[in-house]
Amino acid sequence: MINLFVNTSYLLANTLMILSIKLLSSPKTARIGNLFGICGMFWAIIAALISLELISHIIPILVILSGALAGICIAYKVKITSLPQMIAAFNGMGGLAAACISLSEISSGSEEWLNNTLSLVIGSITFCGSIVAFAKLNWSRLSAPLHFYAQYIVNSLLFLLGLAFGLCFMIHGNISSFYALGATAGVLGFMLVLPIGGADIPIAISVLNAMSGWACVFVGLSLQSPVLIIIGTIVGTGGTFLARVMTKAVNRSLFNILTGSFALAGHGSETEKTAQQGSPQDAAFLMENAANIIIVPGYGLASAHAQYALKNMADILRQTYHVNVKFAIHPVAGRMPGHMNVLLAEADVDYADVYELGDINHEFAAADVAYVIGANDITNPKAKTDASSPIYGMPILEVAKAKTIFFVKRSLASGYSGIDNPLFYQPNTYMLYGDAKAVTEEIIKALEA
Amino acid sequence: MDIWFLLTILMLACFVGYLVISSITPALHSPLMSVSNAISGIIILGALISLKESSHLADLILSYSACFFAAINIFGGFAVSQRMLEMFKTRRPESNQGDKK
Repeated sequence: MINLFVNTSYLLANTLMILSIKLLSSPKTARIGNLFGICGMFWAIIAALISLELISHIIPILVILSGALAGICIAYKVKITSLPQMIAAFNGMGGLAAACISLSEISSGSEEWLNNTLSLVIGSITFCGSIVAFAKLNWSRLSAPLHFYAQYIVNSLLFLLGLAFGLCFMIHGNISSFYALGATAGVLGFMLVLPIGGADIPIAISVLNAMSGWACVFVGLSLQSPVLIIIGTIVGTGGTFLARVMTKAVNRSLFNILTGSFALAGHGSETEKTAQQGSPQDAAFLMENAANIIIVPGYGLASAHAQYALKNMADILRQTYHVNVKFAIHPVAGRMPGHMNVLLAEADVDYADVYELGDINHEFAAADVAYVIGANDITNPKAKTDASSPIYGMPILEVAKAKTIFFVKRSLASGYSGIDNPLFYQPNTYMLYGDAKAVTEEIIKALEA
Repeated sequence: MDIWFLLTILMLACFVGYLVISSITPALHSPLMSVSNAISGIIILGALISLKESSHLADLILSYSACFFAAINIFGGFAVSQRMLEMFKTRRPESNQGDKK
């Protein structure tokens, strides 16, 4: 009887969790999806507690509840802008759990050496990598890619060392080399994420997310639990899929991103050119008289917390001046996949006004004003024209085709990729120097005057 | 359970995962990552099984820590997703605003 209940619960939990991902396909059903996920997880935990006869033990339940409390407190305490790093941190917890399980399994005499080794390695890399990703997202001064001499050699040596420990463990069953393997994998995780810079972090997070799923799969294989295998695989394919979407959007291979070789490549010396500086008042004047405006947000929007001001500006333009305002989003804008969509949703921008790269690119030619706020590389025409540029071949938002372009930037410094943007020097481009929020508020003031 | 049976499940789950996930709109990629991160906390089942099998103090501590970390992952992950998705919900009442040209 208990068996029947437990197995039915697992089946139900699996179905609910797969459905929860499926329901995320539309903003209308997404919240129900999250609810399904919670229910599925709840059922799975209850069923596990019952089948393992742990339900009457107070300590496991207390441990789970304290973890739950900690997780919920952290999740609700952080600011909305900190959500990407929270995902990274929670992801790291999953990796750490996988590593702990495999350590416990091996030291209590499990025979599943291969699977435990794999889950230990993947878990440790996920944990340490996520910590670095968290630090890079949380403290912006750490976000620059960190390169040092002989990085590849050090990483290769670490890899070989790990391989040696792994073989030593599998051949001789030497438990201390298993611990050493875990430590080596952890150090490797640190080293692998260190050279990944700000704008590539979303890709790194997707990969780490996928890895926490694969770690779960290997734990499932070792403990012979179909639930772990199914859910782990879904998470693993999900992360892999996201990473693929984003690597496509920057036209680079995953290997290229994970080794951080991009930042080394892109330092072309440019001759001195001058960019025209505009004022927020000019921008307001041109926007008032425009018929179509396309707003292109980038990470600068998030860091300046300018989404509310931007939404306000768009509303004034629509309601007072009857301008058609649209938002154009590049897949890699921001610090996690879909980051800009979340920010605009936070400011209550209608998702019908927010367009993806492929849906809006042809409209730039008809746009009177393109307002680029805190974005750079995703608009750089060199990606189409300059075959020697490191971003050559990357799909861009064709801002250059708009009649007038306003760039809101702190300075003329090049973007993360270190590539100069020829758009800045175009005769119809005006630079608005300053904080994204401050500049947008100036424009609002001028619009209201 | 037979390893080939488990590997068959793994193989089928790969296809299910790909089919389910590739239909998701790019606008919801952040919540997708957040929710999938939360459900990867299912590893807590592994932690409970390993807890049951542990006899030494060190193993018990490891299993309990795994439980704790996985619980943080689950509940934190779902809470973050909830916060994110709440932002997507509030716009519904005024959604016809964008249609005027």
